[in-house]
Amino acid sequence: MPFSTQPSASGEQYVLTASLDNARHLSSLLRAVHFQDHATCFATANGIRVTVEDAKCIQANAFIQAEIFQEFSVQEESVTFRINLSVLLDCLTIFGTSSLPGTSTALRMCYRGYGYPLMLFLEEGGVVTVCKINTQEPDELLDFDFCSTKVVNKIILQSEGLREAFAELDMTSEVLQITMSPDKPYFRLSTFGNAGSAHLDYPRDSDLMEAFHCNQTQTNRYKISLLKPSTKALALSCKVSIRTDAQGFLSLQYMIRNEDGQICFVEYYCCPDEDITEAEL
Amino acid sequence: MKCIITGGNVKVLGRAVHSLSRIGDELYLEPTESGLSLRAVNSSRSAFASFLFAPLFFQLYETGGAQPDRELLRCKVLMKSFLGVFRSLPSLEKTVGRCLILLKPRASRLVVQLHCKYGVTKTHNLTFQECERLQAIFDTQCCASSLCAPARVLAEAVVHFPQTLAEVTLEAGPGGKISLRNYVEDEAEPSKTMVTELWLAEDEFQAVAVVPGSRITFCLKEFRGLLTFAEASNLPLTIHYDTPGRPVIFTLDDAVLEVHLVLATLSDPESDLQPPAANGVSHLPGPSDDFGDDLESYMIAMETSAYEGGSGVPPSPTFPLRTPGPAKSDPEEEEEEEEGAVPGTPPHKKFRSLFFGSVLTPGGPSLAPTQEVLAEDSDGEY
Repeated sequence: MPFSTQPSASGEQYVLTASLDNARHLSSLLRAVHFQDHATCFATANGIRVTVEDAKCIQANAFIQAEIFQEFSVQEESVTFRINLSVLLDCLTIFGTSSLPGTSTALRMCYRGYGYPLMLFLEEGGVVTVCKINTQEPDELLDFDFCSTKVVNKIILQSEGLREAFAELDMTSEVLQITMSPDKPYFRLSTFGNAGSAHLDYPRDSDLMEAFHCNQTQTNRYKISLLKPSTKALALSCKVSIRTDAQGFLSLQYMIRNEDGQICFVEYYCCPDEDITEAEL
Repeated sequence: MKCIITGGNVKVLGRAVHSLSRIGDELYLEPTESGLSLRAVNSSRSAFASFLFAPLFFQLYETGGAQPDRELLRCKVLMKSFLGVFRSLPSLEKTVGRCLILLKPRASRLVVQLHCKYGVTKTHNLTFQECERLQAIFDTQCCASSLCAPARVLAEAVVHFPQTLAEVTLEAGPGGKISLRNYVEDEAEPSKTMVTELWLAEDEFQAVAVVPGSRITFCLKEFRGLLTFAEASNLPLTIHYDTPGRPVIFTLDDAVLEVHLVLATLSDPESDLQPPAANGVSHLPGPSDDFGDDLESYMIAMETSAYEGGSGVPPSPTFPLRTPGPAKSDPEEEEEEEEGAVPGTPPHKKFRSLFFGSVLTPGGPSLAPTQEVLAEDSDGEY
């Protein structure tokens, strides 16, 4: 193994050690939540959750479960640190982002604990790069209190059907309005831009619709600038679950399948925009 | 107005919009009895394009002129928003089965609805402005030279020029050969410029009827846009041109489609010295019974009188005028003249404007078709 040449990092020394034979599995998931410079990492024996927030209104979580890694150990119950995500991504792709067939960057990641840097050992074609990224005091994270029992409407779509819609969103519109309803129009995305309005309707019997569980008609607006970053996750995903709770909080769960066929999840939570009056509907 | 487009024709419409978007920021839509007309003009009014889709192009075509005496509604929409509907051509082909265009004057909305794969419906309610007819004055019959070639031949010729190149010169050489050369401005230093020139043999063209030695210089950007459309539609492209300074007209003809692109050409200082009167008169269209055409010829007559009475260069609403000196003036003097032009006008490069007539709707308030009407964009705030 390429890392045998490394100064042996004895397992006891690190609270977190993980190794991965293709760093791209990690970097692509991290890129799906990379809309702010800083991220909070939270590791347990089950895996790592990387959380990015913006404007106290949107939260993105990338879940990288332990099974993705070839080796994964956490010595404490949980390990939390904040890190510059842009720097982390730069390091993970230090050998380039292009993926030539047959080449992959192997990764070993170690963290000693509070106050220590995150160490990355990257190897490709016999070349090893060691990166030390300073960690920061973890932020207090938003609690959206979004639990599956309080979900009012839920739709699972094949991502293909949403990709084009999100790519073509009229960015002159301040909001994206999402209508979910047991009756027509079932699932509707609307924008209200400078040049007029646009509506995108998905019938419930569409082949794109994997599941449709809508109990009541809900129309909520979300800041388009906050939702736009989720396009990155959408681009990677194969399916997306769209859920809303009674207050209109939105959960977007993206199912992402990596090159090895393993499944990971990226989740976005978004607050609704202020109440809309009847007249505006 | 209501029309439905299906299958591959949706993509044709999409490509037409892409081509028009190379011209101007606004798209003029005019439903007529002979089909739906989409037009655009650039901000300096030196380029104009019109696509006329015949009723047969559509699965359903209704102009919506219920009362025959009522004038059909014409409108213009922001090019950006209309282009947004047809943004991705590959996905248009892959996913869109049917396109419905609906002009709702009461709701003040132009509705474009795309029925896509998996039952997905995209509805765009676009705001529009009512407007006058956008009409360029040109007549292909009066052009001394014309060329017809498969679009592919011209596209393959143009591809050799850099994307940044603004203008290209087309010249009829000896033996029926046609040359294309990048246009180099007079003041450019010869040691620092690269000239690309290529020759096309006569047999590359389907028809060549050119005045030997004739030469025109026109903008490449808009031409490229049309070529992309023509190549994808596999249609031959005809180029009609006359003396330098007179517009060049590119046409595509199909059973259900008629395309015109009119571009200003660079005027030649030498030819400016020739008496222009004959030129102007020869471009008067024949007598016509149509009111719109009457206005057009009236406007041409206005231009013509300016031609004859004036300096020999027609008045341009946009470009500062180059008054031809008594003889060939030395370059420094010319520069001074240019500096004396209206500040803030784009660098004129000796292009002449095309004299678009904004033709008033018959029966409407009969304003005199003055040059002021040409500036109808100025009331565009809403």
